[in-house]
Amino acid sequence: MGENGFNFMPAWPELFLAVGGMLLLMIGVFRGPKGREAAATWSPAHAINARSVTWLAIGLLVITAFIVSGQPIERSVIFAGMFVSDAFSIFAKLLILLGSALTLILAIDYNEREQMARFEYAVLILFATVGMMAMVSANDLISLYLGLELQSLSLYVVAAFRRDSLQSTEAGLKYFVLGALSSGMLLYGASLVYGFAGTTSFPGLAAIVADQAAEAPLGLIFGLVFVSAGLAFKVAAAPFHMWTPDVYEGSPTPVTAFFSVAPKIAATALFVRVMIEPFGALGDQWWQIIWVISILSMGLGAFAAINQTNIKRLMAYSSIGHIGYALVGLVSGDETGVRGVLTYVAIYLFMNVATFAVILCMRRQGKSVERIDDLSGLATTQPLLAAALAICMFSMSGIPPLAGFFGKLYVFLPAIAAGYYGLAVIGVLTSVVSAFYYLRVVKIMYFDEPAPAFDQPIGTAMCIVLAGTSLFTLLFFVYPAPLLGAAAVAAAALFAG
Amino acid sequence: MGTDGDVMEGHLSMLREYLPILLFLGIATGLSAIMVIASLIVARQHPDSEKLSAYECGFEAFEDARHKFDVRFYLVAILFIIFDLEVAFLFPWAVTLGEIGLFGFWSMVVFLGVLTIGFAYEWRKGALEWE
Amino acid sequence: MLIHALCFYLFAAILVASAVMVIAARNPVHSVLFLILGFFNAAGLFVLMGAEFLAMILVVVYVGAVAVLFLFVVMMLDVDFAALRSGFLRYLPIGGLIGLILLAELALIVGAWSFAPEAASASQLPIPDPSQISNTHALGLILYTDYVYAFQMSGLILLVAMVGAIVLTLREREGVRRQDVSRQINRTREQSIEVVKVPTRGGV
Repeated sequence: MGENGFNFMPAWPELFLAVGGMLLLMIGVFRGPKGREAAATWSPAHAINARSVTWLAIGLLVITAFIVSGQPIERSVIFAGMFVSDAFSIFAKLLILLGSALTLILAIDYNEREQMARFEYAVLILFATVGMMAMVSANDLISLYLGLELQSLSLYVVAAFRRDSLQSTEAGLKYFVLGALSSGMLLYGASLVYGFAGTTSFPGLAAIVADQAAEAPLGLIFGLVFVSAGLAFKVAAAPFHMWTPDVYEGSPTPVTAFFSVAPKIAATALFVRVMIEPFGALGDQWWQIIWVISILSMGLGAFAAINQTNIKRLMAYSSIGHIGYALVGLVSGDETGVRGVLTYVAIYLFMNVATFAVILCMRRQGKSVERIDDLSGLATTQPLLAAALAICMFSMSGIPPLAGFFGKLYVFLPAIAAGYYGLAVIGVLTSVVSAFYYLRVVKIMYFDEPAPAFDQPIGTAMCIVLAGTSLFTLLFFVYPAPLLGAAAVAAAALFAG
Repeated sequence: MGTDGDVMEGHLSMLREYLPILLFLGIATGLSAIMVIASLIVARQHPDSEKLSAYECGFEAFEDARHKFDVRFYLVAILFIIFDLEVAFLFPWAVTLGEIGLFGFWSMVVFLGVLTIGFAYEWRKGALEWE
Repeated sequence: MLIHALCFYLFAAILVASAVMVIAARNPVHSVLFLILGFFNAAGLFVLMGAEFLAMILVVVYVGAVAVLFLFVVMMLDVDFAALRSGFLRYLPIGGLIGLILLAELALIVGAWSFAPEAASASQLPIPDPSQISNTHALGLILYTDYVYAFQMSGLILLVAMVGAIVLTLREREGVRRQDVSRQINRTREQSIEVVKVPTRGGV
């Protein structure tokens, strides 16, 4: 009980971020517009308040990232076995914090222009980030679910953040209903697993599952299937992807940018941990599930995106495809495979943030435009912007020597080494198909008649984010060792225990 | 903590405490059923449209009884649920306060603190103001 | 034991019946009322299993608050429920199919259910004897200490729910009189009272 010496240190980043988020909530509401103006949907006073709170939130995220990187990489389990901190969780947390901070920077100007700047946005993103960090540190089905819900609840709200727009509220509602359904499936699976094993803790489950793996009972397998279906919903892998295009299209663009990086990375990391740690011994059972999910996602990402005219929808299908590639690494289920997954999501983070930075710059006469055709001739009107987007598109289609190529390389190699030739071949084929629509965007920018130029200027912070992320994508091959090394250490942590 | 048999016995002894409630429920259901059925059987029934229509102080009903509620009601209700849940967490805490030590005490204080921050937020936002 | 079994079948039967009525009732308000009946019966089942605390919480939170919220929402939305229901028959086959598959799966699972041999010893904490210690007490002993992490996370989730509800629904309204304490206190005598010399017989 109380006397068993609670050690908070491994959870210190979460604690810090949660307290910081509450503090910002108080700062925002007590320093912001007062009285009648406070309840108004929007006023310039809100924007000023939102800007300062958002920058504070970005500062908090950066400080938290420093705290996380200072954590010891040895595995430590606290809170009666509910929370684990190891190299894997530290790696995923750094990516999540980076994704949240970058997309918050992208949101500032956009929210002001669209008159939806309220300080709650940053606070909700902070709480969502706490939830995601709890997800990747989960060491128990209960803490897994709590982290997932904290994250999802904040995401439902930010999806509908522009509450006077029909599209945005529809996105929020759709996300909420389908998210609740997937949480229900996850819980159902978890309850079956608990009913079989009598414990929810990952190490406890791992021991029991390893003992029973030879002839795994039906109840356990059904539980595993439902848990993986619920998690596949959260990472938006086909055939559980239905919500993605509508939510990505309807949500305000900075929210879409956020959705496509941080929650995705958190859910992928969680997926990997749940499959490897508690259910690792059942690898013979679950690799088929992941195999099917991965192939369907890659196929859908490649074929359904071809006909899209809206760039946000295109990115939605593209993200489904990318999850499919990332899961290829999980199918192989060994250390190099997990390293591939982690490398893939890290590279995906940079490509995606850069792409969304360009999408956020797409506005004419103060109004945002989202059609792919609106990009036509961008190379003549704004060559730098066009170059940045071109880098991302080449990288996403996996053309060497850009970062995306290495991401794919490191998931396909372990798959081939583990003997999943078919999967690797399908992966390469779908990459070729998807290259068609990525390159179409490049073609539209470089060879079509120029459309009127987009509004200038795009803002200093935005420029820095865009330049940084696209340069990373471009020059990753020069010095890939740090990322690959970190991913290798993180993957090793998962298999050590 | 005892064998399965002991646990079962303890379980049943707990259930026995609920027996009066069960009897009460049975009698209440039976009695109300009897009243409804008896009035159906014993009383004379000559329904016509006037008798069956809603009575509103002698004049025709102005509109449908189903108003559209203001979204404010929803906000108040959801805030109520949140604090209702908070109170639900207080019961076990109050029962065991003597045994869980200072850590248990402060754990609840932190929990209440988090929700107090929410409360300060909604107060300041004016979510609790009516007309 | 007989009463125990009898009660179980009674509660379970009413629970299933009212669950069917929730989706079958024409009037959405009736659906909510059937839902409440379902909650009560579920609470009865919890009591039979010895989970008194859960049963009472189900009544307090779900019947007392969640069902009321559902009623508000039903009343708040000006939805044409007949139109909403029109797709019912169209989706019935596929919905029924999915339901049947789930049912078959459940039957399979229940039929072939087995516990891991370690299951009884695997639980992190021993299950206390209900005759020695009440449900609420047993929960309290571990909820705030061993499970402090889950407890504080649920606090954060409630906070997010609060913020989210306000962010999404609070709007400015015309004609709201707000209390401004500092303005009330800062009112001086000069602002409020005017001393007027009234001439005799002149009126004000």
